[in-house]
Amino acid sequence: MADEVILEYLHMEIVNYIYRSSEKPDQDNCLSKLESIGYRIGQSLVERFTKDGTRFKDELDTMKFICKDLWNFVYKKQIDNLRTNHQGVYVLQDNKFRFLTQLSNGKQYMDYAPKLLALPCGLMRGALANLGINSIVTAEVTAMPACKFQIQIQRT
Amino acid sequence: MSRQGTRGVDPRKVNGELFTLTYGALVAQLLRDYEDDDEVNKQLEKMGYNIGVRLIEDFLARNNSSRCNDFRETADIISKVGFKMYLGITPVVSNWSPAGDEFSLLIENNPLADFVELPPGHNNLNFSNLLCGVLKGALEMVQMDVDVRFVQDQLKGDNITELRLKFLRRLEDAIPVGED
Repeated sequence: MADEVILEYLHMEIVNYIYRSSEKPDQDNCLSKLESIGYRIGQSLVERFTKDGTRFKDELDTMKFICKDLWNFVYKKQIDNLRTNHQGVYVLQDNKFRFLTQLSNGKQYMDYAPKLLALPCGLMRGALANLGINSIVTAEVTAMPACKFQIQIQRT
Repeated sequence: MSRQGTRGVDPRKVNGELFTLTYGALVAQLLRDYEDDDEVNKQLEKMGYNIGVRLIEDFLARNNSSRCNDFRETADIISKVGFKMYLGITPVVSNWSPAGDEFSLLIENNPLADFVELPPGHNNLNFSNLLCGVLKGALEMVQMDVDVRFVQDQLKGDNITELRLKFLRRLEDAIPVGED
């Protein structure tokens, strides 16, 4: 579908803007800005899509929603593998992450990956937050375009 | 396990909304970064430009469209093919200048501005200014220097959103220095 590409272009341009606008190359600050943009998107997204649904049974049920439905909405596929230690840590593996498919598969652009993953991490954190789960989300790439997201549930 | 409500959402519509929400979050970030509306407009146009110069390649790859014979044909393609394909809308082409070098695109329901209300005190903000940049960037890549700006915006209380495009000149292919 043609309209999918504009989202990818927009995302790339958001990343470029954030890095262009920061005066000194301040990696942490840029990543946290991208993360907060994603957070906002995630929040409004789940608000739109869950308003007619029934309540989630438990944490795992919510997680399945993220892996199946939300992933499908945003990345046009489902998560390939979901694992948990049943103590509040979930690892989501996507073997072909949409925002990484435009980069070549070698090691060359490995440094670039965190920039493209900050917004998706925030998106997931925002989505979970609005479903009542506070979490920390990090991402890790070992071989492009596969990517692992780790969700740590924060219980207080 | 009967969350049919969420699963029955039309994926096409969802994709459009995701784009809208993403764009909204970006503008919100820009408004935090800059106090001046004009500066936000400028940044949005710049980002649009960067998208436009790449989007035109995608556009040409998907369409077998040949060269336009005149600016009127260009206007039709922008509205009926370009906007239709990427945003799912077909703006009305109208208000041609007598010389045929200037026209308006009238947008009834601008997808970028769904769910949006302008906060008070931002009268100079052109929320959808990204579009100006996209059109300018894309047309520049097919050798047309065009001025694009917002004339009316429904977000500011106008009846319709109006984009004005003015053809400035034909760009000649510039050959890089040192090459014949």
